[in-house]
Amino acid sequence: MTTTPHDDTATANLARTFADYAPSIEGRDIVAIRPRYGLMIDGEERDARDGAVFSTIEPANGEHIAEVAEGAAADVDDAVAAARRAYETVWRDMPGRTRAKYLFRMARLLQDRSREFAVLETIDGGKPIRESRDVDVPLAAAHLFYHAGWADKLEYAVPGMTGRPIGVVGQITPWNFPLLMVAWKIAPALACGNTVVLKPAETTPLTALLLAELAAEAGLPPGVLNVVTGAGATGAALAAHPGVDKVAFTGSTEVGKAIRRATAERGTRLTLELGGKGAHVVFDDAALDQAVEGIVDGIFFNQGHVCCAGSRLLVQEGIADELLDRLRRRIELLRVGDPLDKNTDVGAINSHAQLERIRGFVDEARDDGAQVHQSTRALPGKGFYFPPTIVTGLGGSEAICREEVFGPVLAVQTFRTEAEAVARANATRYGLSAGVWTEKGSRILWMSQRLRAGVVWANSFNRFDPASPFGGLRESGFGREGGRQGLQEYLTLSPVTA
Amino acid sequence: MITASRDSRGIVLEGVAVDTPLRVQPVDALALQERAARLVSRSVKRESKVAGLELSVRCVDLTTLEGADTPGKVRAMCARALRPDPDDLSLHPVAAVCVYGALVAEARDAVAGSPVKVASVAGAFPSGQSHLHERLEEIRRAVDDGAHEVDIVLNRGALLSGRLDVVHDEIAAAKQAVGHAHLKTILETGELGSYEMVRLASMIAMAAGSDVIKTSTGKLPVSATPPVALCMSEAIRDFGEQTGRVVGLKLAGGVRTAKQALGYLALVAETLGTDWLTPDRFRFGASTLLNDLVLQLRFQRTGRYPRPGDLPVD
Amino acid sequence: MSDRVEVRKTYKLFIGGAFPRSESARTTAVTAPDGTLLAHVATASRKDVRDAVRAARGAQESWAGRTPYNRGQILYRIAEVLEGRAAQLAGELEAVGVPAAEARADVEAAVDGAVYWAGFADKLEQLVGSVNPVAGPFLNLSSVVPMGVCALACPDTGGVRGVLGLVCPAIMAGNAVVAVAGGPAALVTSTLGEVVATSDVPGGVVNLLTGDHAQLLPWLADHDDVDQIDLSGAPAGIAADLRARTAENLKRASATHGAEDLRTAMAFCEIRTVWHPASI
Repeated sequence: MTTTPHDDTATANLARTFADYAPSIEGRDIVAIRPRYGLMIDGEERDARDGAVFSTIEPANGEHIAEVAEGAAADVDDAVAAARRAYETVWRDMPGRTRAKYLFRMARLLQDRSREFAVLETIDGGKPIRESRDVDVPLAAAHLFYHAGWADKLEYAVPGMTGRPIGVVGQITPWNFPLLMVAWKIAPALACGNTVVLKPAETTPLTALLLAELAAEAGLPPGVLNVVTGAGATGAALAAHPGVDKVAFTGSTEVGKAIRRATAERGTRLTLELGGKGAHVVFDDAALDQAVEGIVDGIFFNQGHVCCAGSRLLVQEGIADELLDRLRRRIELLRVGDPLDKNTDVGAINSHAQLERIRGFVDEARDDGAQVHQSTRALPGKGFYFPPTIVTGLGGSEAICREEVFGPVLAVQTFRTEAEAVARANATRYGLSAGVWTEKGSRILWMSQRLRAGVVWANSFNRFDPASPFGGLRESGFGREGGRQGLQEYLTLSPVTA
Repeated sequence: MITASRDSRGIVLEGVAVDTPLRVQPVDALALQERAARLVSRSVKRESKVAGLELSVRCVDLTTLEGADTPGKVRAMCARALRPDPDDLSLHPVAAVCVYGALVAEARDAVAGSPVKVASVAGAFPSGQSHLHERLEEIRRAVDDGAHEVDIVLNRGALLSGRLDVVHDEIAAAKQAVGHAHLKTILETGELGSYEMVRLASMIAMAAGSDVIKTSTGKLPVSATPPVALCMSEAIRDFGEQTGRVVGLKLAGGVRTAKQALGYLALVAETLGTDWLTPDRFRFGASTLLNDLVLQLRFQRTGRYPRPGDLPVD
Repeated sequence: MSDRVEVRKTYKLFIGGAFPRSESARTTAVTAPDGTLLAHVATASRKDVRDAVRAARGAQESWAGRTPYNRGQILYRIAEVLEGRAAQLAGELEAVGVPAAEARADVEAAVDGAVYWAGFADKLEQLVGSVNPVAGPFLNLSSVVPMGVCALACPDTGGVRGVLGLVCPAIMAGNAVVAVAGGPAALVTSTLGEVVATSDVPGGVVNLLTGDHAQLLPWLADHDDVDQIDLSGAPAGIAADLRARTAENLKRASATHGAEDLRTAMAFCEIRTVWHPASI
């Protein structure tokens, strides 16, 4: 169109002012953060026996948020004893229908208090409020709601099998989805009649503690859900505790292996959700604009702090340049900044240590001769931030192609044929996730049968649902969480006798 | 003669009125919908909101397309177009008024001397189901009567039965018929069945010479939606990359609230760039939207919730 | 009485569809309760473990790629051939001191078990997989993935069923196996190679090693290309150590004891979930 007599300069100014999006900050006042948090054992909040505390930091600005009790072996003992008592006296023999009601209540309470949880999650963890509001908290509630409904239907969990609870479950959750992982873990455990001792990640303990408070609000009997905050030593004490009948862990492969060793003697039942190096395979017939969105969701969602992140892009050679052009333009649009700003797309890196680790990987790749492309948007001056990053010119043997970076860093390789795509995608010790973008249905099915991954997203990525079993192959861990298949991880099965 | 062929990457259009073959990207519906939903839910506050509201007013094609339209109704609407808020004369007029062909002269006289354009629907609007020469005659007549812009409908029947050449050639003929006026081609996306078809229709309409592609007639229950707007925006971007030509976007039907309008501005800004946030390249075809924009601007100005009944009726 | 001299059998390993002697050239004398020498059975070494795992890895993918119906038919073929060899196998158990009735019952149970798992192959997916009602426009499918290469610690005192009770469900689910048994099970384990070899089971899908658990299982538990180890027949004293060794590559550790039910089937497979959008 040609120019009209409209006032063009004024229009252009309006357009700029509009598109800069003035800050739209979610208020902090909805959540009352206390200066100090204790352990939640047997329905009581209390200090660690030795009085130890640690500080939880706000990644957006590096400032101290609160002091949190640091549980030691003695505190784990107390928590396991409380859980055992609650298991034997209340929870195990409670009708499933009654157990369900508590979980339904918790789901509803979480929905009622969703904004409070979302804000606290973002403050403590650094993830964008849009994600904690639209993904973490609603999905956490959905997990509670979904599993509540199973509590009185456990006879249908596995055909021909009676399922009974296992006992006291020790659960150790990571910092990337602090609340969601807690809900993901406690919901099936409690629905199946087990009691829980939970050890949330030390950098993000606050929403787990708030959830314990919410459980009390729901009337959950004391001792059914206990929270012992602390770092690695606390988790190790829990995993190796002789009173724990089952351990469920989400975190790094390295720690997962340590837990496997620690539980070997007793043969404690184990679910491990560990690391990944997910491949995102894009064929030349893919819907490119949407594939770009899938790639962005796959690696920049939650700053790339996602075990199933699509951290490797495998693109068919014929479209590599075009796809990468689009991707480079797209990452310029990602707004990196204050996690509490509703328009922030990429928030803060969870901790200074993690930021250094990510930098290390990217620097090493650059030193190795890889091309590193980063968003040119300015980063906040304070706090832990890393720009969306695309690394090309890789052969596949570099650390950035093999190791889990756990940050907003995409490693790009190309392929020619389906078979080569599968071979490259599977050339990893991990096996958690994979993605396929193509318009050809039979190719999706062929690929998904061959990609060595516990979850395959076709023309999508990073989708989660409580009804959908999630978990890894190979060194990404074992056991499934979610769905009917996830229940059996929290049941002792025996054949139904006629 | 236009032909559509397929290679490993999707559809290629050849023989269209541009120099190079055009690639039509496949569309994945779900990812498109989700991206669109996220774009239109951008949180637009404070000065950005005020700017967006004012910008939206500047981009409105204030429209009346009723059987009961009269010269009096058109004059009243044109008065609103020139002064969107009688309480705030600093507010810029809308982009255009949009009327049926019989009322073009009336509208032309009413907005004469102002920056407000006259747009006319023509070519057997809204179905397009009449003979081509009649449609072209209607287009020429609207331009003769003073229309600066002509909104025609794409031949959905031909598109859905695979006669892409008919779709293309009719639009090309319409482009000739409008002469120096602007051609805005309505895809009527609610009848196209899939986003793939929306993208294909967009590319054909642009290749045939449309200055603007437009979502809808407003006569169907389903009109402009965020994913359709995104799909067409991506087509406009692709077309620009492949041909170097700039094409405008008009969202018509179903855009009733200021919140929707701000969402669409965000969608366009993040897909096509802020260069597209100008009435030359972007329009809202709407009747009731203007009222809500004005009410929201009043609220931003005064901090008090305004009374809708105070607004003039057009 | 005929004066014909009997042709005695050499009891060898079964690796990759062939019957090698142990790479170590070691054998173990198997004797009757009265001390009479029955045979020098090949004693597998760590290098036989290595070869067997390599053979299993090479065969696993195409085995898993066969239809469950086909795998079921081959398992049924194992049962058929086993039935024909019943007297021989029972005799080999009797020879090491198993009472005749017990030996006969063991072989019959093994045949029936093979039939059970034959009929399981094309049920597994329906029993374990699912279509999941996710909150979005997706076809969300959970389906079965074999573990890959499974090491099976078969009980030395479990007879024929002790071996096939682990081998059958594992291969039913699309895995390739390296099974280890020794002691009183050595003769039948070796003979089972002949059953498997004549049952249309592709070479490498089933590998049978006669030897000492304490010697061989650590190598299997440590092996990075082994995806699972079933410790049903592992000596109690070494089970914890073997579990600890699985940590290095996080191979799955199970102890199914060959129970003929869904738990065993589930232990030999994992779940892959595929999200496919259903929208236009």
